[in-house]
Amino acid sequence: MNRTLCGILAGAMLLAGCVTINIYFPAAAAEKAADRIIDEVWQLKKEQDSKAQPEGSQP
Amino acid sequence: MRALKRIVLLGAMIATAAWAQGNLEINTPAISQIKSSMQARHAQLATHYASGAVGLGADGNVVLRDANAVPLAQRQAVQGLVAQENADRAALYREIARANGHPEWEADIRSTFAQRWIERAQSGWYIQSGGQWSRK
Repeated sequence: MNRTLCGILAGAMLLAGCVTINIYFPAAAAEKAADRIIDEVWQLKKEQDSKAQPEGSQP
Repeated sequence: MRALKRIVLLGAMIATAAWAQGNLEINTPAISQIKSSMQARHAQLATHYASGAVGLGADGNVVLRDANAVPLAQRQAVQGLVAQENADRAALYREIARANGHPEWEADIRSTFAQRWIERAQSGWYIQSGGQWSRK
């Protein structure tokens, strides 16, 4: 009896989990996505492959 | 007891599934195109953010908040920049929602971006909250 109840409860949790994932807006993921796009648009992350790297070798 | 263990395990599985979902799709050709268009425009807009002519709105748009800060000859060009930027932003929010199979998320994505643009604005730029403009 108790086990059946637990099984039902577990099933309900799983179902609720799936529904939650699919319907609700993933706010944290959206923030991360926004930050990545803002980095690129505003060029906040300096590009490491800077072409004009003077390395003391003068012509 | 065994049932309890099973529930805990199941909970962990759900948490993992939720965590695995932790990224939104933003690498589509449409999104990349909008991004590079905005990136190119940013060089021109940056001076107007700094002068206070253009501010970051609470609605995820940019706003021409003080046209007088722009020399008369440039005013029309700035208006154009603002309009183009807002068109790109609207397309960006829409495309992200679509790329993730949830067009109805557009408004949520817009408000998330609105907060992040403001949060990450440089000091000296104008930001809007609750209808009020303030200098960061």
